[in-house]
Amino acid sequence: MVDYAKPLPRPEIPELTQAFWDAARRHELVIPRCRVCDAFFWYPRERCPSCLRADWEWTPVSGKGRLHTFTVVRQPSNPTFNEDVPYAYAMVQLDEGVRLISNVVECAIPDDLEVNMRLEIVFDDVTDEWTLPKFRPAR
Amino acid sequence: MSIRGKAAIVGYYETPTQKEMEGRTTFGVLAEAARGAINDAGLRKKEIDGLISSENLNSLLLAEAIGLKPRWTMSMTTHGASGATSIATAAQAIAAGVVDYVLCIFGEARPRSSSRLQAEARARAGGGPPNRATEWENPFGPVIAANGGYGLIKQRHMFEYGTTQEQFAKAAVDERFNASINENAVWQGQPLTIEDVLNSRYTNDPLHLLEGVMPCSGAHAVIVTSAERARALPHPPAYILGVGGPATSHDTIWQEDSIATSPVVHSAPTALQMAQVNIREIDFAEFYDCYTILVMMTLEDAGLVPKGEIGRFYEETDTTFQGSFPINTDGGQIGAGQSGGGGGGFRHVVEAARQIMERAGERQVPRSDLCLVNG
Repeated sequence: MVDYAKPLPRPEIPELTQAFWDAARRHELVIPRCRVCDAFFWYPRERCPSCLRADWEWTPVSGKGRLHTFTVVRQPSNPTFNEDVPYAYAMVQLDEGVRLISNVVECAIPDDLEVNMRLEIVFDDVTDEWTLPKFRPAR
Repeated sequence: MSIRGKAAIVGYYETPTQKEMEGRTTFGVLAEAARGAINDAGLRKKEIDGLISSENLNSLLLAEAIGLKPRWTMSMTTHGASGATSIATAAQAIAAGVVDYVLCIFGEARPRSSSRLQAEARARAGGGPPNRATEWENPFGPVIAANGGYGLIKQRHMFEYGTTQEQFAKAAVDERFNASINENAVWQGQPLTIEDVLNSRYTNDPLHLLEGVMPCSGAHAVIVTSAERARALPHPPAYILGVGGPATSHDTIWQEDSIATSPVVHSAPTALQMAQVNIREIDFAEFYDCYTILVMMTLEDAGLVPKGEIGRFYEETDTTFQGSFPINTDGGQIGAGQSGGGGGGFRHVVEAARQIMERAGERQVPRSDLCLVNG
């Protein structure tokens, strides 16, 4: 894991999203949920993009969802990913409604991929410090 | 207050679109295009009092470079839509009496290793200041350039509507046919077959290489003025009957609620209503086409065909300049090339004006009264 050369998350506002990455390291997925609107939103912002109030909390979610859409990467923007091609760069729609960018792993690419297939989260501990939330076909 | 028919395009110029322009500079090709458009409109440079260009250039730098003293100027910030948006914006300013003659101009001379391209490459590789992408996208290995987002959109369109690879390929084939007789096109003389497109490699599935654009060099310019002033000038004016947009709610595709539907569902009805035109009366279309999925999805969203039926429409319709509903008659960006600096999206405006003025020569469409342009 010390050899991990790919880009790690570099937050624009580290204090805003620290709780997300801390949770990921514990293999928990948390998403901002507005206490006023009762709705989840993604990506994290200081204020709820619906009501523009700052009254939201990190809320644990199931990690289950569907493959909203995907593209099969053959030319990564960053050459450190070249060893992985072809791989799936995906929009995953969580059952709670928000859509994340992630990878679909632990399956044949592209043959096992179908839009709308059920997915479940799998946490990839890429370094001692960082864990990336990824998805695999639901079992 | 409607601006229907209050402004018109009265002249245009474009350089050939080429992969590279060795020995040329961006401001040099823009100066060429500015001079060409001003001359074509029958005007003198000192009469031009408005200037719009792209965010990549900064219209203030451009004003310096080409020695223009505008009393009204701005840089468009709507990415590929900047070209079409510049016409809508110029028409509104002219109708409001803020400015008289606006030069709308976009383009770039793209050397092989400009500092901007190097900076872009560094940013793609994960360098640069932290932002939303460095936290939520880059750790998952996005595709190079803009291909990734359009791959996501195309995949979803195929799922929701059953659009087929052959149908997407047909759009590229029709555009390359148009480009094949356009002396300004990067793909002049090189038509394609559906098999050629389907056999081209995936840049990223489900996008084939030959249904996307070639990043190019080139410059494109038009002059917009009031209908009243237009009547005194040499060419028959191309009147701007209606405008809508720019209508976009997101900067990255994963923030769009419905990714197989574009904001054209908002901009096109506004433009058509202002023009007092039913979309069935439109003679031809010049639509932004960085990839086949984009031109196809936006034609649906404009209301040309019901949502989800654009694949069958392309299958059944000759959309070349000689067909029953011509689309991107100069070859579009897929066939003619995507000039940098917002020039790719602006070619649609130039070609619309050229056809309406009936100056398109061999590729002149038979009915060219009403064109719908999308950026």
